[in-house]
Amino acid sequence: MTDVRPAQLLKSQRFRQQREGDWRRLEQLMTKAEAGSASKLTDEEILAIPVLYRSTLSALSVARETSLDRGLVEYLETLSARAYFFVYGSRATLQDRLTSFFRNDWPNAVRGLWRETLISTALMLLGAAVAAWLVLHEPEWFYAFVPGELAGGRDPAASTETLRSTLDGSDGSGGLSVFAAFLFTHNAQVAILAFALGFALCLPTGMLILYNGATLGAFVALFASRGLGVEVGGWLLIHGVTELFAVILAGAAGFRIGWAVAFPGQKRRLDAAVEAGRTAAIVMGGVVVMLFFAGLLEGFGRQLIVHTGLRYGVAAFTALVWAAYFYFPRREARLGR
Amino acid sequence: MAAEPVARSGTERTFVTPEGVDLRLNIGEAGQRAAAFLLDAAIIIGVLIAFTIIALLMGIGAAAGGGRQGAEIVAVIWLLVFFVLRNFYFTGFELSAAAATPGKRVMGLRVASRDGGRLKAESVFARNALRELEVFLPLSLLISRAGQGVDAWMYLLALVWAGIFVFFPLFNKDRLRAGDLVGGTWVVRTPKRKLTRDMADDGSERLAAYDFTSAQIDAYGAKELHVLETVLRQRDRNTMKAVAERIADKIDWSRTDDRDYDFLSAYYAALRGRLEQRLLMGVRRRDKHDI
Repeated sequence: MTDVRPAQLLKSQRFRQQREGDWRRLEQLMTKAEAGSASKLTDEEILAIPVLYRSTLSALSVARETSLDRGLVEYLETLSARAYFFVYGSRATLQDRLTSFFRNDWPNAVRGLWRETLISTALMLLGAAVAAWLVLHEPEWFYAFVPGELAGGRDPAASTETLRSTLDGSDGSGGLSVFAAFLFTHNAQVAILAFALGFALCLPTGMLILYNGATLGAFVALFASRGLGVEVGGWLLIHGVTELFAVILAGAAGFRIGWAVAFPGQKRRLDAAVEAGRTAAIVMGGVVVMLFFAGLLEGFGRQLIVHTGLRYGVAAFTALVWAAYFYFPRREARLGR
Repeated sequence: MAAEPVARSGTERTFVTPEGVDLRLNIGEAGQRAAAFLLDAAIIIGVLIAFTIIALLMGIGAAAGGGRQGAEIVAVIWLLVFFVLRNFYFTGFELSAAAATPGKRVMGLRVASRDGGRLKAESVFARNALRELEVFLPLSLLISRAGQGVDAWMYLLALVWAGIFVFFPLFNKDRLRAGDLVGGTWVVRTPKRKLTRDMADDGSERLAAYDFTSAQIDAYGAKELHVLETVLRQRDRNTMKAVAERIADKIDWSRTDDRDYDFLSAYYAALRGRLEQRLLMGVRRRDKHDI
């Protein structure tokens, strides 16, 4: 300090003068980090940020209690908040995140949802059974369960021969990739909707799953009534094992959220919702991946593999893979963060 | 401290860092949130339109050149881009370091974890997956037409039901969307401020020329000090004149022909010195009525 008559300066002024350099340095680093990516910072700067952040934070506490310079307190508040979000922001690389997602987070979350998964499966089976029973007794019910654009001519009015021809994949091999992409995006959208509807206290999700099952049941019943039961099974299951399992999981994720919101138990409703939301979101992230595979299987696999036995083989294989991946006991049971 | 030192504004929320300091963040208001969303929606739609035009041109080109296969690839890409934009535009941007979509960034907002911890990927995914319920479901309802009779009533019921989720943020004080609720997040304001000059710097130089008595300095509290700080920062001639006269009147100070700014900044420094001295003793004087 020069000859500014230190006695004349207020304590808060001296406090500020001594620390101002650090604050400006932190501000400069924050501007740099926010403008581009954190990778632009040198190692030295990255190490300096947490130290500067903590000293700024403690300066903020001191300033709030001792300084009446409002400009200063407000500046420190915004600077601390900016640095806080940098220091406590997530810095895991995409690769780390994906690795931990596929290795631990996703299978763990799916296993954690086993109860909801069972309920979801039961609902889908119930829907399928009821619809199948109705269609077998009165084929007119088919139109109530299967929307026209999905049926694409496969309805009770069609002859057995037409129905058989729709199953063998010979209905044009062109446009497969478009078909696959369409199926994937459509199904993923339905799955995400099933998940989101869970927030509305489970019921809409339950209805969506039931309806999904009903469509399936009506479809199978129609083919079974013409003696094509085995063929339609292969036609559906080659991708259906993956797709239906994904839809069931999406429903389960929705149920978890709705249930937590409706019946939080010992926890506060908000906390219960957050906790359920985290698990359910992890499951949903994986569901999108599953539906991508299902889309590929449906678009390509089903059209290129026309032998019913082979189709069943692929279906059994996918079922085995998913079951082992999700439910097979792991050697390293790492705790989730 | 028993009394709240600063009067809290309606949007200020306690946000305690792991170090135990309350950052006093301000949550984003409904209007800002809506504006940010509309901006993002405009960007998504703009990109989609631009992409569709490009895809169409490429499709025509591919159909002319490579035949069916080329057009097919264009269609696949279009479908996937549409899907990714609809579902992962928000998630992608909010997972970045800024934790904000371009729309939020323009409005000075960002997503933060409500518990003060790290913002997790699954939280961001959950909060944006629920947009399906809050945005796309009501939109698809609006597009589908209402029928007659019972259908119309069902339609109305569905609209009201969907409306609950659209206007959810207006029904709670933290402006949480359904997605925020499930994700454990909220949207906060992140303004940037420059370090402004300490107004006491001018004042302590000029203070030597003034000898205020301690009764004169004790006339005001922190609230008036902050008003005075604002006046000094703005440095508007007329305001300063009025305020200087007011203060001189109140403290019985007979002014010579000094400049208003000199007088005010000297008084500011003196008042702040006194109040901060008392603050160190644990006494915070909020305003002039607070003895």
